[in-house]
Amino acid sequence: MRHHVILRVIAKLGIPFIFVFALYVQFHGDFGPGGGFQAGVIFGAAFILYALIFGLDNALKVAPMNFVIFFIAAGLLLFAGVGVATLFLGGKFLDYGVLAIDPVAGQHLGILLVELGVGITVAAVMIAVFFTFADRGR
Amino acid sequence: MRLRNLFGVVMLSGIYSLLMASIFVFLDAVDVAFTEAAVGAGISTILMLGTLALTTSREKIPMHTPLLPLVVTIVTGAMLVYGTWDMPAFGSAAAPPNHHVAPYYLEQGMMETGVPNIVTAVLASYRGYDTLGELTVIFTAGIGVLLLLGRRREPKYGSSKFDVASSNAVGDTATNSETKSDRAGSSYGGTSA
Repeated sequence: MRHHVILRVIAKLGIPFIFVFALYVQFHGDFGPGGGFQAGVIFGAAFILYALIFGLDNALKVAPMNFVIFFIAAGLLLFAGVGVATLFLGGKFLDYGVLAIDPVAGQHLGILLVELGVGITVAAVMIAVFFTFADRGR
Repeated sequence: MRLRNLFGVVMLSGIYSLLMASIFVFLDAVDVAFTEAAVGAGISTILMLGTLALTTSREKIPMHTPLLPLVVTIVTGAMLVYGTWDMPAFGSAAAPPNHHVAPYYLEQGMMETGVPNIVTAVLASYRGYDTLGELTVIFTAGIGVLLLLGRRREPKYGSSKFDVASSNAVGDTATNSETKSDRAGSSYGGTSA
């Protein structure tokens, strides 16, 4: 799509804001609507838009496939790791209250970490699935 | 109305998802609307288009008559509509879901988790197991797609085929040893054909 000037310019303008919005949805999900899943999808969508406009090869330069696959596992491991950490700290599995001295602060921290794990895995899966489809098609 | 052009069908389903998202906003389920708009209207549409690019965008004319599927659809739909007659009115305070654990979440959620958005508190904390399971489902789905559709490693040339170097040169496909991957195909993904 190198010759579609309007698409390229609009995408270039929009993509940074989509990324920022994804981060906002991710880290503000405990106060407003949103959360890890939505943020991950928006993050992935921004990346997919980049790949659609500027080509799969350029997108793969930014995030090589092995890199993306690493994050697929990393998010899930972060989520499960928080659960294991609570076990070691004397609580039940995914009982975030023990993560900090104040149980409420612990809950907040746990929710933040868990949502981050969700966001990472969802974004990586979306990007990886799209890359696989697009790579297969050429 | 009959549409054999699958491209149009994908576009219609995307529009449908967007309309559903606005209905969810109308029902005050902003988190669900968010997901529907991003996943249903956004990613799903793109993945469907990707599938069309891999296969074909015209539906084959089926051999059988559509009578049986039509009957099954009508009967199932009628049963579902019949099932809704017993449901409590929308937003009714007497509805069972509003009596089970929801009041506890609404009253104690802020105090116990310190998170004002109850949806996030329920998803990540009270229902942490469920969310972990859901994330595992997404993980498994992603791994499944990679295993089914991902490129194979070619041990002969050493490196993984995901390497950028092997595919970033647009013009010199002839010198590229990976002729298998350069099947005359569509330039989906904007590979600047």
